[in-house]
Amino acid sequence: MAKDIFTEENFQKLQNVINEYKGKQGPLMPVLHEGQKIFGCLPLEVQKKISESLKVPLSEIYGVVTFYSQFSLEPQGDYVIGVCLGTACYVKNAQPIIDKISKMIDTKAGETSQDGKFTLVATRCIGACGLAPVMTINEEVYGRLKVEDVPGIMEKYL
Amino acid sequence: MEKVTLTIDNLKVEVPKGYTILEAAKTIGTDIPTLCFLKDTNEVGACRVCLVEIEGARALQASCVHPVAEGMVIKTNTKKLRDARKATVELILSNHNRECLTCFRNKNCELQSLAEELNISEIPFEGEKIETIVDAKSDSIVRDASKCILCGRCVNVCKDVQKIGILDFTNRGYHTEVSPAFNMSMDESPCIYCGQCITNCPVAALREKEDIERVWDAIEDPEVHVVVQTAPAVRAALGEEFGLPIGTRVTGKMVASLKRLGFDRVFDTNFAADLTIMEEGHELLHRIQEGGTLPMITSCSPGWVRFAEFYYPEFIPNLSSCKSPHQMMGAIVKSYYAEKANIDPKKIFMVSIMPCTSKKTEAARPELGVDGLKDVDAVLTTRELAKMIKQARIEFMKLEDAEFDPALGEYTGAGVIFGATGGVMEAAIRTVADVLEGKDLQEIEYASVRGIEGIKEAEVTLGGNTIKIAVVHGTAMAAKVLDMIKAGEKEYHFIEIMGCSGGCVTGGGQPHVPARVKMDCDIRIERAKALYEEDTVKEYRKSHQNPLIKKLYDEYLEKPNSHKAHKLLHTHYEAREAYAVKSQEMIEGCQQAAATKDHE
Repeated sequence: MAKDIFTEENFQKLQNVINEYKGKQGPLMPVLHEGQKIFGCLPLEVQKKISESLKVPLSEIYGVVTFYSQFSLEPQGDYVIGVCLGTACYVKNAQPIIDKISKMIDTKAGETSQDGKFTLVATRCIGACGLAPVMTINEEVYGRLKVEDVPGIMEKYL
Repeated sequence: MEKVTLTIDNLKVEVPKGYTILEAAKTIGTDIPTLCFLKDTNEVGACRVCLVEIEGARALQASCVHPVAEGMVIKTNTKKLRDARKATVELILSNHNRECLTCFRNKNCELQSLAEELNISEIPFEGEKIETIVDAKSDSIVRDASKCILCGRCVNVCKDVQKIGILDFTNRGYHTEVSPAFNMSMDESPCIYCGQCITNCPVAALREKEDIERVWDAIEDPEVHVVVQTAPAVRAALGEEFGLPIGTRVTGKMVASLKRLGFDRVFDTNFAADLTIMEEGHELLHRIQEGGTLPMITSCSPGWVRFAEFYYPEFIPNLSSCKSPHQMMGAIVKSYYAEKANIDPKKIFMVSIMPCTSKKTEAARPELGVDGLKDVDAVLTTRELAKMIKQARIEFMKLEDAEFDPALGEYTGAGVIFGATGGVMEAAIRTVADVLEGKDLQEIEYASVRGIEGIKEAEVTLGGNTIKIAVVHGTAMAAKVLDMIKAGEKEYHFIEIMGCSGGCVTGGGQPHVPARVKMDCDIRIERAKALYEEDTVKEYRKSHQNPLIKKLYDEYLEKPNSHKAHKLLHTHYEAREAYAVKSQEMIEGCQQAAATKDHE
């Protein structure tokens, strides 16, 4: 792992979140959401802490984490690039776009670049079909893309 | 009780309100097919095999979870239903490793039976199959996800019945798999190896780690003296593998088959159970009289011991230091018996036939041996013994009853009942009561500790003192009782805890019973009956009256809890950390597991 996420400070923040939700109904999802924000991912050490504190079996937590795509087991890059491969984007030529980005950052879809800067994700429909083909970089949305536009957009982040 | 009248396949049926359609159909002799359904444990309507047509309903409904209602009109056998059920099972089969001929569950697989009953003759759906690995790293349980049909029975048995939760659904959609967290192998998880996941799996996704070949090799080696022992619960279930009704006692035929298989000596773990009572009973007296740690908790069940080590390490001082009976037997065979029979203990190969999968891991514990020799060399389950008998082409039903070998084969009724929940407690009280009262008491049946209630409590007066006892089975109940003790709500002197619900008779190594049979009969009760029946016909029913036990103490061990007894018959435990691996080690572990091929 590129940087040390298992800091005392992070675990303290997690503990505060757990204390807030413990005893309330359905504490697991909000704790996982906050945990994902604090650590940038939910690896074994974090899930174990949640399991012990909430008295939920680790297998159940792991099941939830691997079910929802918002959660990740490994640290994400500084920039998470999501290229929509939903039906509308796909027929509007999204595949060459993700291929181009993959080549530029030398990272396959679903993986994080060696330097930890980018994570490339092929997403399902994000509900912006009117802008197809569309991609997101963190909170930014880029629509009606053409392959030629990609280098210009990526320049800001490289 | 409020009743509901409905029509099933043109027949009027009256059943109690709250029944499911599946239950209602059973009352008129219609056996709606099921697959994921497991009474009281997995009632989720996930597999869609038990579909029925309800007049006026929008779609076909899962009968295993659909409650009956007044005036309901139901059809269970129409073309639409047959086609739907068939298509469902065909889809399940399309992603199932269909190597039935070489499968561990060949001929007793619930999916195989269903395919036959639904008259499935081809699989029209061919497509990609999920890639999986076989996890055979632990000594007890093998997980083969290529056979898994995602019914969820193991998940719910582990999570709800045992309150452990090693297995769960992971990932989603096509990639869904039932596995331990982080796809760890079973031996990296805090699994207690009770094997309840195995006995409740409809297919062969979970099974025991087989050890049959090593036992055959030992039998065939003329240099090796192969001794076998059988746990009490084995005789109450082995017959099922040969078509006998559940609860048939086959002690004599079992012994005869072991002799025919070529074991040099056939001993009974019941003898060691009597020995356990002597050691454990005196340990209890000592703890009560000398102010030792109380409550004392039994240590016969390795699943329970592992549960304590992982989840309740603060109770380790409460565990009896006694080894479990089959380990005691191994230690005595390789010392006392070897000496008397003039055999080099190094040349003895000790085999235990157990109703249990956790015993396999227990026998491998490094501390369970004496002078560098393991107490027990191989543990086979009841199912594995049945396989050996079949392999040897022995016609089990035609065997004449035989007797255990006399050297260590004598046992009392107290030893037999060890196999049922409450049995160890009852056996212990029979002996402790006599010791304290100084006479041979005649009232020896303690009904309050029998039966399948999760937690049984009683107070017994022994030698003028009131002793509070509890009998607990299944780890969910164990956790409940231990939590109450920690909270100061309960106080006991002595607790019997067994890892499996029902005790050893329903251990993880016992014959498979299909879920549809479990709907009508509680196998915990039926198999226990066989043991209590054997108890009543034994000449001696108290462990301390076993003449061989008396002889063993006179000639060898001196007295219970003597120095020699401690060396041979007692052990220690250690607190274990659950999921002690770190992320990095885990990744390497996963890669190793992927490389480990099932050796069978």
